[in-house]
Amino acid sequence: MTTRSDRRRVVITGTGVISPIGHGTPGFWAALLAGTSGVRTIAGFDASDLPAQIAGEVRGFEPDVYMERKVWRRIDPFAQYAIAAASEAVEAAKIEFDEELAARSGVLIGSGYGASRVNEEVFATLRDKGPRKIGPFTAASSAIDNAAGEVGIRFGITGPSGAISTACASGTSSIGESLRMIQHGYADVMLSGGSDDSVTRQDIASACSARALSTRNDEPERASRPFDTGRNGFVMAAGSGMVVLEEAGHALARGAEILAEVVGYGATSDAYHPTAPHPEGIGARSAIRQALADAGLNAEDVDYVNAHGTSTTLNDRTESAAIRAVLGAHAERIPISSTKSMTGHMIGAAGTVELIACVQAIRSGLVPPTINLDDPEDTGLNYVPHTAQERDVRVAISNSFGFAGHNAVVAVRRWQP
Amino acid sequence: MNEEQIRAGLAEILEEVAGIDAAEVSEDRSFVEDLDVDSLLMVEVVVAAEEKFGVTINDEMAAELRTVGDAVRLIHGAMALV
Repeated sequence: MTTRSDRRRVVITGTGVISPIGHGTPGFWAALLAGTSGVRTIAGFDASDLPAQIAGEVRGFEPDVYMERKVWRRIDPFAQYAIAAASEAVEAAKIEFDEELAARSGVLIGSGYGASRVNEEVFATLRDKGPRKIGPFTAASSAIDNAAGEVGIRFGITGPSGAISTACASGTSSIGESLRMIQHGYADVMLSGGSDDSVTRQDIASACSARALSTRNDEPERASRPFDTGRNGFVMAAGSGMVVLEEAGHALARGAEILAEVVGYGATSDAYHPTAPHPEGIGARSAIRQALADAGLNAEDVDYVNAHGTSTTLNDRTESAAIRAVLGAHAERIPISSTKSMTGHMIGAAGTVELIACVQAIRSGLVPPTINLDDPEDTGLNYVPHTAQERDVRVAISNSFGFAGHNAVVAVRRWQP
Repeated sequence: MNEEQIRAGLAEILEEVAGIDAAEVSEDRSFVEDLDVDSLLMVEVVVAAEEKFGVTINDEMAAELRTVGDAVRLIHGAMALV
């Protein structure tokens, strides 16, 4: 392992969001601070025979705004969202990929389920109409790396690219692995993030069978209630978060505005159960510790935790205990919130979108709330109930803990030259 | 359906699958050289044409298609057989 002093520093110079509570980082952030829920009764398909009939769908998304019809018609929404979010991030970073930079740049996009909708349609077409009716681009568009491929084509990026899949931690794993690629010199710029469109019959039915989803169908906006004793499962959601990660010297040399520095990454696995976290949160604790150690930070340096906070009893309880175990008494002094209370659980996109919320918290001095939190499971912790709080956030960590026991944590810090 | 109607129908398909302006779809245009329709896009065009015109175009016939005119005449002939 290299020491911190001989590593290259990595900064964020652009962000992009497609989410159930807004398209574009400014609108998304305003909605988070206002405590807006994006959860509604599912409108995209008939969900009347499913136990969970609510979700955080991406509404009002017009792919024509971001890409040509001939592109979007052959790809899954998860790849469309990634292109849209990446376009915003690239524009915000004011970066242009000329031939030289393109070769020193990469694309890494996390996804838990990938092209769910395309795959559902392909299975139906194969069964009902036969193999000849399967479109020729399905071979590419049904794959989990399709978002990365399409984003790479869009910007002409010719360095390393691919997908990373660690369930609900995918968006965080993608940032962490991209961080290392730049730190260790494999790339100067990474377009990195996560994307998922898991609001499909298949994904909702599967998560229902796993007893993971809230069935509070009569109160959609109040269904996602992380850390509240009245929770009864998470709410499926869709979207994408993408960032431009850049070697600090490269960003400074081109006069880019630096939004924050990514300073640490920790990744562990529970190796315990397909869906349940380890009851003592051993993997979660270890991932937080690793991220802090990687960043050279102490527990007392952390000013804000964007929790994984899914609104399932098992996750919330384990995560609260893990935060207490790692941060000790300091855990009670800092805000810890779950933006999934508003967005729902965007699966592979969640980690990156939540990292973007951390970046915004550092820049604005405001931390987003956990809405629907009426009766906290741990009264000693500040889960930022209902309304945003003013805080001087210098360092934030974003937790992501996925099915299969994938744990990933990223630490970000206010930029100091 | 006459050949002009088939050409217009093909133009609609090409606009749908490849974003090609209908004005560019004349009989003398080559799929590959003029319209940038590669072999994978061609599969989509053929399957869509089968649905639209209610005909069957087998892969050997599809492989012979060079120009829009070739496709119009092939579809016209296939429709006559239906």
